[in-house]
Amino acid sequence: MPMIRYLLVRLLGALPTLLAIVTISFFLIRFAPGGPFDQARALPADVVANLNAAYGLDRPLWDQYTTYLRDLAHGDFGPSFRYKDFSVTELIREGFPVSATLGAIAIAIALVAGVGVGVVAALHRGRWIDHATIGLSVVAIAVPSFVLLPALGLLFGIELHWLPVAGWDPTSVRDYVLPVTTLCLPPLAYIARLTRASMIEVMRSAYVRTAFAKGLPLRTIVLKHALRPALIPVASYLAPAVAMTMTGSLVVETIAGLPGIGRYLVQGALNRDYTLVLGMVIVYSTLLIAMGLVVDVLIAALDPRIRLEA
Amino acid sequence: MSAPADERASQAPGIWRDALRRLRGSRAALGAASAIAILVALAILGPHLNPNRYDAIDWSCIAMPPGLEHAHWWGTDPLGRDLFVRTLLGTRISLAVGLLATLVSLLVGIGYGAVAGYAGGGVDHLMMRVIEILSGLPLIFFVILLTVVFGRSEYLLFAAIGAIGWLTMARIVRGQTMAIREREFIEAATAAGAGPVRILVRHVVPNVIGPVIVYATLMVPQIILFESFLSFLGLGIQEPQASLGTLIASGAAEMESAPWMLLIPSAVLAILLISFHVLGDALRDALDVGDL
Repeated sequence: MPMIRYLLVRLLGALPTLLAIVTISFFLIRFAPGGPFDQARALPADVVANLNAAYGLDRPLWDQYTTYLRDLAHGDFGPSFRYKDFSVTELIREGFPVSATLGAIAIAIALVAGVGVGVVAALHRGRWIDHATIGLSVVAIAVPSFVLLPALGLLFGIELHWLPVAGWDPTSVRDYVLPVTTLCLPPLAYIARLTRASMIEVMRSAYVRTAFAKGLPLRTIVLKHALRPALIPVASYLAPAVAMTMTGSLVVETIAGLPGIGRYLVQGALNRDYTLVLGMVIVYSTLLIAMGLVVDVLIAALDPRIRLEA
Repeated sequence: MSAPADERASQAPGIWRDALRRLRGSRAALGAASAIAILVALAILGPHLNPNRYDAIDWSCIAMPPGLEHAHWWGTDPLGRDLFVRTLLGTRISLAVGLLATLVSLLVGIGYGAVAGYAGGGVDHLMMRVIEILSGLPLIFFVILLTVVFGRSEYLLFAAIGAIGWLTMARIVRGQTMAIREREFIEAATAAGAGPVRILVRHVVPNVIGPVIVYATLMVPQIILFESFLSFLGLGIQEPQASLGTLIASGAAEMESAPWMLLIPSAVLAILLISFHVLGDALRDALDVGDL
């Protein structure tokens, strides 16, 4: 029961945060210079006036804001200004599953492999395997995805003919390999570093020394005693990482030709596609807030000293 | 921060001297620091070592591979511009941008975090709420709006990125400040009649500087990477100027036919980022600040 109460209180507390985020974004994008109907060759003034009237942009800003909120409460993100005949809801409903699937797979791999690598490195601190892990992890963080993905495509696609360079068929596993690899490497490296650092810390603590003194095998000490507290920093990192990765990567989706939502945020902001950019901000921040809640529950489960108090 | 820091400033250098000694003992840290020093020196002096200008087009040497037998030591780009000069100039701009954004977020983050942590209670609650809301907004959204407003003024843009990138810094400083606030020396200062501003500036801030420096070292490479992402989108440094990011982005398009255009700036970026990471890690160990 306290758990349900905690979740309810936190979810209710998230609503004002979300409202503030929507409000700030709404007015920021509206006060930015330019508009959705700007083109290289300016449209005639009466055409722009007609467009503005059709999309309700001629009404007072406050009026538009309340209308937007009312539609939003009904789950309607409004029409896209640039993707003619598409509503933002349709665009996101079509693209989000692609980005979210790729992102979820990438994060899952990054979590399992990153923790594994981090633990192994921590247990061999100062030996070659540790140095190799640190070195490789910095490289993985440092290589931009717009270099990594084309390089992988060049090697595995064009030279070796093992994998397709781009394209998307949700049922073909081969299409997933290169984008997922590119997406998962930076978080994998980051999680490995976090795990290594906190594992070294935990292995130095008194209760681990006690466990060794009792004669417990290393395996038991690591898996049953040391790993749980060592995972707390990793859990905190997960919230932004999941929100970021599951809302899609503009670079990866553009280069690999994937029909996700990764490009909408940047495109929407550049084109002043007001509703699209707001829709993306809402998807991102909702995911972030929800993951923040999941992570807090997770941390409480990992560390029995922490009590969930709303 | 385990050493007792009392009113007398003579204690503070002790921590720093210890840290410096530990840092000197670490080969990795020394290597990283010298790599950064060499790159900084090259970035400042390098472009003058070669007769070519960064924006001069050499029609006789379009997409020339690297070599020492001609004037273009690191080759040229598809427009025949010298890559030695452009890469070093790009390094200079990337470094300047990374340092500038980090410095701004350092100042804002320390100020905000120290005030929130020291004030506590309702003020702290409100200030943290603001951070929560701001961190719910995607950074790239802000940045695009900033490019719209600031346009081609790169340095202003990156100062602005720093001004919105201070959230994590403020969180770290707040946490540290809350711990320090309860210590005896703060009580002593209060008893001696110091006002809140004096306590913050003279007693709190000097004691949170350790973790802040470590985080700053790790933030510089993040900003440099972020700039390369912006450059890929065409929103970063504008032609004919170059940053490591713009060079890598344009090199990536030629990686099949002219791999050096990608490899040379990538290698410089990698060395720079690795050095900052190694230095940051070593500083973290030397100052013993734990996880950030």
